[in-house]
Amino acid sequence: MVLNSIEKLLEKYENGETSLKEEQVLKNYFSSDTVAPHLEMYKPMFDYFLVSQQEQFTKDVPLKTKTIFNYKWISVAAVAVLMLGFYFSNSFGNELGTYDDPELAFNEFSKSMEMISQSFNKGASTVGYLDEVNKGTSTLGYLNEIENSTSIIFKK
Amino acid sequence: MTQAEFLNIVMPFKDKVFRLAKRLLVSTEEAEDATQEVLLKLWNNKKKIQEYKNVEAFSMTMTKNFCFDKLKSKQAQNLKIVHSNYEDNNTSLQKQIEISDSVSWVAKIIEDLPEQQKLIIQLRDIEEYDLDEIAKMLDMNNTAVRVNLSRARKTIREKLTNTHSYGIK
Repeated sequence: MVLNSIEKLLEKYENGETSLKEEQVLKNYFSSDTVAPHLEMYKPMFDYFLVSQQEQFTKDVPLKTKTIFNYKWISVAAVAVLMLGFYFSNSFGNELGTYDDPELAFNEFSKSMEMISQSFNKGASTVGYLDEVNKGTSTLGYLNEIENSTSIIFKK
Repeated sequence: MTQAEFLNIVMPFKDKVFRLAKRLLVSTEEAEDATQEVLLKLWNNKKKIQEYKNVEAFSMTMTKNFCFDKLKSKQAQNLKIVHSNYEDNNTSLQKQIEISDSVSWVAKIIEDLPEQQKLIIQLRDIEEYDLDEIAKMLDMNNTAVRVNLSRARKTIREKLTNTHSYGIK
């Protein structure tokens, strides 16, 4: 009698017409040890369904609460920076020193220009060594002559 | 919404999401990544969560779409080439053991089903959803779900009968 109803349920099951409750009955039947031999091929199917129901997701999910950056604070920082800037520019501004007398200023200026020209000349004079390099490369031309003679020898 | 509230909503069905992803993507690692991705997407849109009528169904649909995207992406296609090129003619010991283990046979049979049927078998026979719910999740109508379900079940039964009586008849 039980077997009969199970067979009927199986047919309904294969047509996709069983309700969830009826499917539960089938699952219970096939998970027991007393399965009729001619229905045995269904057993692994229902076993598999039961086994795969137990699989669980074990990985952690990093849920970060995004801290929303408040742009209002940028203006506060900007104001602070500006204030600091003004404060320091006022305190350092006068210490560079300027000349009030034009003649004195001209003297100082020409002095510093002279210094620049001196050191520039020093630098330029060392460039003269480059000539020697040119001389060296011109003597290398002799090597060509050697090559000419060797080529004549090897031809013969 | 706080983390605890969110977790209360998500915890009951996170395993279902994972199993669905695994059904489609096969590899456990891929499925874990997909689940993580889906949950993170939910978390990022947590403000809208109250508007959804059924968060669970919505997440299942999301998972399905995400997995399909994954399968279509280049990365998965590269994998596919490797798999389809690989053919083992002489059955190894490992395989013989596997064949004798009929439960894993079922897994293989389901793996060979078309994607739509795979999804429906997963949602109905493993997660035990209502047919209407499945129809909503997959954006299909009720009869189409039923037909696909019936086809899938019949295929599984046929293949199982074949392997069951293999060598006897």
